[in-house]
Amino acid sequence: MIHASQVTKQFGHGHKGVTALNGISLTINEGEFVSLLGPSGCGKSTFLRCLAGIETASSGNLLIDGKPIAGPPDRLGMAFQRDALLDWFDVLENVLLPADFGNKRKCDYEPRARELLEMAGLSAFIHSYPRALSGGMRQRVAICRSLLLDPRLLLMDEPFGALDALTRDQLNVDLHHLSQQRNMTVVFVTHSISEAVFLSTRVVVFSPRPGRIVEDIAIDLPRERRLAVRESKEFGDHARHIRGLFEKMGLIHD
Amino acid sequence: MTSPAWFAEQTVYTVGITFAGFVAAVVFGVLFAVVIVEWKLLDRLLFPLFVGLNSVPKVALAPLFIIWFGVGDAPKIAIAFLIAVFAVVIDTALGLRSVPPDILDLAKTMRGSRLKVLLRVKLFCAMPHLFAGLKVAMSLALVGAIVGEFVSSQRGLGYVILSAQGMFDTTRVFAAIAILAVVGVVLIEAVAIVERLAMPWHYSAERQGH
Ligand SMILES: Nc1ncnc2c1ncn2[C@@H]1O[C@H](COP(=O)(O)OP(=O)(O)OP(=O)(O)O)[C@@H](O)[C@H]1O
Ligand SMILES: [Mg+2]
Repeated sequence: MIHASQVTKQFGHGHKGVTALNGISLTINEGEFVSLLGPSGCGKSTFLRCLAGIETASSGNLLIDGKPIAGPPDRLGMAFQRDALLDWFDVLENVLLPADFGNKRKCDYEPRARELLEMAGLSAFIHSYPRALSGGMRQRVAICRSLLLDPRLLLMDEPFGALDALTRDQLNVDLHHLSQQRNMTVVFVTHSISEAVFLSTRVVVFSPRPGRIVEDIAIDLPRERRLAVRESKEFGDHARHIRGLFEKMGLIHD
Repeated sequence: MTSPAWFAEQTVYTVGITFAGFVAAVVFGVLFAVVIVEWKLLDRLLFPLFVGLNSVPKVALAPLFIIWFGVGDAPKIAIAFLIAVFAVVIDTALGLRSVPPDILDLAKTMRGSRLKVLLRVKLFCAMPHLFAGLKVAMSLALVGAIVGEFVSSQRGLGYVILSAQGMFDTTRVFAAIAILAVVGVVLIEAVAIVERLAMPWHYSAERQGH
């Protein structure tokens, strides 16, 4: 579905310029859940923004369904690190925003929005303003919004980065179920090794800036996962292996 | 000539002029701000012109307005408008440009038209700034109305002050000034009430921040 070959991204020119991505080649198939893992500033967000069509690669090929990406692709859902909710609309209107922006009739999508919010445990807050919600609730609203139009491609940029460990675990489980239920391709940026291993079918590890792919690891855990899988040996092996990569890059040391 | 009813009549006149100037400033100011924010080229062309115009002392323009518009209400409204509009434009433009980058990115991924982005995002983002500007504009419009009445009028609080001064009637001057102060407070409070009604999300949340 997504095919990147030798994608580079350069911000600015000359010695003041920053090379954010350096020769990224990556193929993502329909239905995969791919996590991008790497140190801060290595270009993960930049790559995701290139996929979303809001940033253009400086060189290389970036194809989606065989066509170069020029602008946001069809049926795209995106969730941001900060939830990017609109404070002036209530929860339901926020979730309906993609329908509104797509010039679709909002009332056609209202049942769907209510269903998503119900699933996210937010039925009681449908008419609350985002300011009245906790960080975790806001993030769930943002995820409902990204799912409204049944995206084929879901891009998530550290959506749980600002949450406490407990909420984060819960949302991980919820997201895992979601990605199981519907057939969508997810590209997920994170800093957390265990989050990446738990959610993904593949983990792609980036080097420090300029971002290159260090290793592309298939996660062969059972498709259906529970939090307890994190105590299993296979999970531990994957996590240890990835931590080893970071140690080798000199990013963590004991 | 000093009955409360007479003072009330003059006050109503001044408030009317102020209000007319204010409304014109809001309508024109918001439109102008939208135009310069949405079209870079027009910003480059029109904004310096606008700033230049604003640097001319409005009091100096008053006699010109009387020549052009006669001695009725129009020149006074025009002066109130001119003095007030600058604050509206500056604050609205600032507000329209204050959209968080995340939200602009979100709008792009949803492939919204520019009009949608303006109507659903930018205008709402601008509101807190807009209302700050409206409070300044309201008090400036009052100043403008008084200036207009100073220059030529048979009515209004500005005329009361000027004519009382001519007769060394200090009491009447002070009475008019006191009324002006009260009117100023009431008008600003009125803007604050509209602000609270227009931005329920700002004020009705049970919890602030997160
Ligand atoms: N618009 C921009 N202009 C200039 N430089 C940029 C821009 N966006 C990103 N960069 C640079 O590109 C590099 C990669 O940024 P990016 O946001 O992709 O990192 P990241 O991997 O997402 O980091 P983090 O995990 O901290 O979010 C950084 O060094 C950053 O300074
Ligand atoms: Mg990032």
